[in-house]
Amino acid sequence: MAFLEIVDLEKSFGNVRVLKGINLEVEEGDFLVLVGPSGCGKSTLLNTIAGLEPISGGEIRINGRVVNDLAPAKRDIAMVFQSYALYPNMTVAGNIAFGMEMRGIPKAERDRKVAEVAKMLQIDHLLDRRPSRLSGGQRQRVAMGRALVRDPQVFLFDEPLSNLDAKLRVEMRTEIKRLHSSMGTTIVYVTHDQVEAMTLATKIAVLKDGVLQQFGTPDEVYNDPANIFVADFMGSPAMNLIPARVDAGAAEPMLVLDRGSEEPLRLPLNGAAPKLANAVGGDIFFGIRPEALTDPDSADRTASHVAHGECTIEVVEPTGSDTFAITRLGGKPVVARLRADARVRAGEPMRLAFNLDKTVFFDAKTEQRIA
Amino acid sequence: MSTIAQASVPPARASGARARLQNWLPRLVLAPSFAAILVFVYGFILFTVYLSFTDSTILPRYGLVGWANYERLWRLPNWWIALENLAIFGALYIGICVVIGLFLAILLDQKIRGEGVLRPIYLYPMALSFIVTGTAWKWFLDPGIGLEQVMHHWGWTSFHFTWIKDTEMAIYCVVIAAVWQSSGFVMAMFLAGLRGIDNEILRAAQIDGASTFQIYRRIVIPQLRPAFLSAFVVLAHLAIKSYDLVVALTNAGPGRATELPATFMYSYTFARNSMGVGAASAVIMLMMIASVIVPYVYAEIRGGGNER
Amino acid sequence: MSAEAGTTGARQSRLSRALLYALLIVFAVYYLLPLFVMLVNSVKPLSEIRGGNMLALPHEFTTAPWKSAWNEAQIGVSATGLAPYFINSILMVVPAVAISLIVGALNGYVLTKWRFPGANVVFSLLLLSCFIPFQIVLIPMARILGIIGLAGSISGLVLVHVVYGIGFTTLFFRNYYEAFPTELIRAAQIDGAGFWRIFTRILLPSSGPIVVVTIIWQFTNIWNDFLFGASFSGFDSMPMTVALNNLVSSSTGVKEYNVHFAGAIIAALPTLVVYIVSGRYFVRGLMAGAVKG
Repeated sequence: MAFLEIVDLEKSFGNVRVLKGINLEVEEGDFLVLVGPSGCGKSTLLNTIAGLEPISGGEIRINGRVVNDLAPAKRDIAMVFQSYALYPNMTVAGNIAFGMEMRGIPKAERDRKVAEVAKMLQIDHLLDRRPSRLSGGQRQRVAMGRALVRDPQVFLFDEPLSNLDAKLRVEMRTEIKRLHSSMGTTIVYVTHDQVEAMTLATKIAVLKDGVLQQFGTPDEVYNDPANIFVADFMGSPAMNLIPARVDAGAAEPMLVLDRGSEEPLRLPLNGAAPKLANAVGGDIFFGIRPEALTDPDSADRTASHVAHGECTIEVVEPTGSDTFAITRLGGKPVVARLRADARVRAGEPMRLAFNLDKTVFFDAKTEQRIA
Repeated sequence: MSTIAQASVPPARASGARARLQNWLPRLVLAPSFAAILVFVYGFILFTVYLSFTDSTILPRYGLVGWANYERLWRLPNWWIALENLAIFGALYIGICVVIGLFLAILLDQKIRGEGVLRPIYLYPMALSFIVTGTAWKWFLDPGIGLEQVMHHWGWTSFHFTWIKDTEMAIYCVVIAAVWQSSGFVMAMFLAGLRGIDNEILRAAQIDGASTFQIYRRIVIPQLRPAFLSAFVVLAHLAIKSYDLVVALTNAGPGRATELPATFMYSYTFARNSMGVGAASAVIMLMMIASVIVPYVYAEIRGGGNER
Repeated sequence: MSAEAGTTGARQSRLSRALLYALLIVFAVYYLLPLFVMLVNSVKPLSEIRGGNMLALPHEFTTAPWKSAWNEAQIGVSATGLAPYFINSILMVVPAVAISLIVGALNGYVLTKWRFPGANVVFSLLLLSCFIPFQIVLIPMARILGIIGLAGSISGLVLVHVVYGIGFTTLFFRNYYEAFPTELIRAAQIDGAGFWRIFTRILLPSSGPIVVVTIIWQFTNIWNDFLFGASFSGFDSMPMTVALNNLVSSSTGVKEYNVHFAGAIIAALPTLVVYIVSGRYFVRGLMAGAVKG
């Protein structure tokens, strides 16, 4: 039995189905990140776990207990909100202690716990201030303190870093990860930022239009995306998804990529060939991440299959650490990640290395993974 | 992510008597107001509508007479005078208030030193009772002691200003006092609108070579459409309801020369013992206001819905 | 806006700038004139008004008209001055404002943070009730007040003002609480606070501005009301506005203009003081009541 179980969860607002039969299970100590574009239902899912919104069907179990009908305060959860939701009329200490006050915990113990948590988060010098006199990062810490002080079974985070500037966001991300590994509490975390999802999660659930697209470890979601949506959503820069055909070929099936006016590029399929047998002659999408499409010298030396092809580079984007080169395959722009000092000029052809160990194939119609 | 309409719905199926009470509490809290409004507003409206079809005179009676009260109402010269006055008063009141209000707002918007002093001066009449306003203007416009007398003292002995005693002109005195009371408020509405206009648009217009006058005429004033609409609705609503000011200023006289629907309703209902006719006139007033307010409120609610 | 106008203004000639200020001052004079007339003439003896210039400062300063207006002048049948009616108005305004304020705050809270199916209908009905011409309810209200024994009493007036005030007070609080972050309510729910504790501990402490706006709005409206006062009060329960109108429009005896003016200022004083003390909130209330539906 898992620690947090969500079974066939349904949620409708009027006639609109927002969550369509979600099934998730996480173990105690897991860090589950719910990720997806805005409107996918991830925040609604979090709110149903919190008990802030009634569910329309299914079941939510925390530590074996069905919590469907329990009020939020009775679910033994704590939540950190996107806007931090600090009570503006109370001091930092008052904010952190409010939940304990509501549960009738004596003043002395409240003060002790507030001090303890404040020390841990390094906000002990701010306890007498009002939220309006705190910086964004400090507010964030107070909001976390309010959650930590409850010592709940599950922490819920609703896009907690989205109101911080880029630098602070990275700092707080690290801090949250450190807190999680030191306390080992179960966390459910909503974000639309796939980098946050990758860096924090032990489990990622990708949602779109109220449907769970994929549920797995960050590695699974990144390297073995279940469908085109997940492949496209996770990773930055995004995976190249190139319209392609599978050709029967002379000896074995070959992947055919259109190169505009030039002759199409033909690549071997190797290990994927058996799975693509049914796709011969049909349209597919060929997926390859920029880091698997490189200059020949940077190609992964541990890769078992690397193929090469000449491509005309249209745009060159140096970033300092890498250089991204954009070519055109299958009629779409395709990003290759080159060494920073790679010799490449826009308008000139270049030989690119395709790491065939890291490729994925999708059915063009169903958009599901086929190999 | 979630819509506001649903955002705060508490858990619907909490168990236990206490939890059930919690679920019903919001409705219980709202119930007294809802009941009061149903009875005292909508119930009363229906009752008055009903009375307008009865033979009520000094007290409500319940014999139905069909449209007789309405037929009588539309044959009464006083009612026509009231409507004609309302048309004159309403048009001038709204028109002049909007012109003065917009003019003052634009003047005040020229980075005026002392705006903080001037603005409250323009606006304070709105804090006064119409009875006070009426009293002040009644004596100031009185030919015996007021403006005319002042002019004579200053040496303009041929000056005559007897509008308030003149059946043809007295209604314009009501306009003067009413404009004095409300135009500052309209100014505040326009000023808020002016201050809400995006600076960058104006900068762009300046770079495009528009003069100050052109900027106002072509860019600023068209963007004040919502303020115009609000001003119109508020002023039209006030005009139709106008009662106190007329009572204090002219007491609907001289004769019944400054009769308005509100004073007409009052005198027919309570002084002339024609409650049925009074009720009928109240129903007409309600319809007049509804024709202004309902589309406005509807648009506001719809507009609010779209923003979400 | 003004920054832009300012830079253009800097380039305008001195003349047009002077004209601008002249115009603004002319308007200021226009708005101040009636107040000036009332003030100046309330401290003149009657003879000086009748024979003299209304805009002239008093030759002979007297406070007699104020005393007379306050506790000597003939109102209706008795020579009590306006004092008892001033008290009446206070006795009417304070409870009416307090009750409509509390009810409006609770309604606004429910209508924004605890919405239930049909809440929109309730709100629309409340909203529309703000705009009805009160003539449509005068007759039945008079009947009902008679039936429940509140006719001609101050309590009756309180009831009337509360009933027809809650539409506005609800509107004010609803619009204010609408902008109040719902996440705060959710955080409090998770912290274990219920309906009343969320209201008293989270919302109310943040409601200062809207409470002031609502008090000012209700106070001004109820103090200045004439129609309900004239319709539903008895001789003993007349509010200030009705008494003032009786004083000014009584057709018997000599017209004591100076007393009328003093009385008018006394009647205007409470709302004027409120306006001077908290003009900012007053304007905000007007805007909220007028512009926002």
